[in-house]
Amino acid sequence: MSTAHLLAGQVADKQSGEPFFFWLLAAVSVCAALGMIFMRRAVHSALLLATVMLSLAALYAVQDAPFLAFVQVIVYTGAVLMLFLFVLMLVGVSSTDSLVETIRGQRFWAIVASLGFIVLLAAGLGNAALGDSAGLRDANAEGNVIGLARLLFKDYVFAFEATSALLITAALGAMVLAHRERTEPKPTQKDLSVGRFRSGEHPGPLPGPGTYARHNAVDMPALLPDGTPSELSVNPVIAARTDTASRHADLHGETERDAVAADIAAVKAISEEAKGADAESRAVIAGTPAAGGTGGAGGAGTGSEGEAGS
Amino acid sequence: MSPGHYLALSAILFTIGALGVLVRRNAIVVFMCIELMLNATNLAFVSFSRMHGNLDGQIIAFFVMVVAAAEVVVGLAIIMTIFRTRRSSSVDDVNLLKY
Repeated sequence: MSTAHLLAGQVADKQSGEPFFFWLLAAVSVCAALGMIFMRRAVHSALLLATVMLSLAALYAVQDAPFLAFVQVIVYTGAVLMLFLFVLMLVGVSSTDSLVETIRGQRFWAIVASLGFIVLLAAGLGNAALGDSAGLRDANAEGNVIGLARLLFKDYVFAFEATSALLITAALGAMVLAHRERTEPKPTQKDLSVGRFRSGEHPGPLPGPGTYARHNAVDMPALLPDGTPSELSVNPVIAARTDTASRHADLHGETERDAVAADIAAVKAISEEAKGADAESRAVIAGTPAAGGTGGAGGAGTGSEGEAGS
Repeated sequence: MSPGHYLALSAILFTIGALGVLVRRNAIVVFMCIELMLNATNLAFVSFSRMHGNLDGQIIAFFVMVVAAAEVVVGLAIIMTIFRTRRSSSVDDVNLLKY
């Protein structure tokens, strides 16, 4: 306090380049704050709030408060805003405000009230004998963090202890509020199993995509033991997007059935030939029908491509 | 830069936050505007700290940050609870006590 009076009237801690940073960050933070109010999407508001907080952190750093600048970045931009975004994602990221005024003239009067408020603040600031800043050079002589720690653990130690109680209470409160009470008994494994069979649907797992098919891509329907493709094996989202029904028709034949029949015939031919063959000649024989199959596939493939083109 | 500049910026940001609280309907955005107001007061505290040449203002700003963090945790938990029961995060839909 005494230093403030002693040094009043002169700027004790002139920093080079401070006006540039101040005006830049002031413009950025005011524009971002205005955008935060007027953005309809809550996510955009959150990102603009992050901009405001980061520019305020830079302003703290300019004003000889490096510890607070880092705490601002870590606690506010890092933790608080991430929490905001987390809740936004839970609530629904695409939620937009309704533009309907529930109270008539609310927006107009809100703007009038805030204009009046800022006039009030400006009048107060204009009348105050602010003087010039005494600067923190003496207070930060040992370093900002050490100076803050000295104050925090000597003069403000009881407030600091109360803070710990506050934080524990807040953590407990958040847990209690976010906890959902179970109103019905938890279903056991037996209940789940009974329910699954009682529903009348297929109780087992669905076939995986690509089983017994030509390749095991996720959009390739599995082939059932009788050779028919199973639409159940493909994720419904993928099935809705692409034409999975004709996946097997791309190489052999014109329709899916033709392709599957050709596949089954090729497999049968291989197994028939392999049945009588020796172990060492099996590889050679297996190569021959595969080559023949590829030739047939090529011919049929061009046919189906022509079909698709027309 | 005189402290008056910083205090003016702080006042403008505080007013913008207050306007947002009055205008917006989404509870989460209202909460963000409250955070903006707290940040604006922090800027004023830091400026006063520099003006007076001691670190008490920075300590107060630090405590404001701690309280704001605790407040955000509880407030967002309340918003989540209300969203769970009312399927809405609009402050207009929280009107059960009105009737």
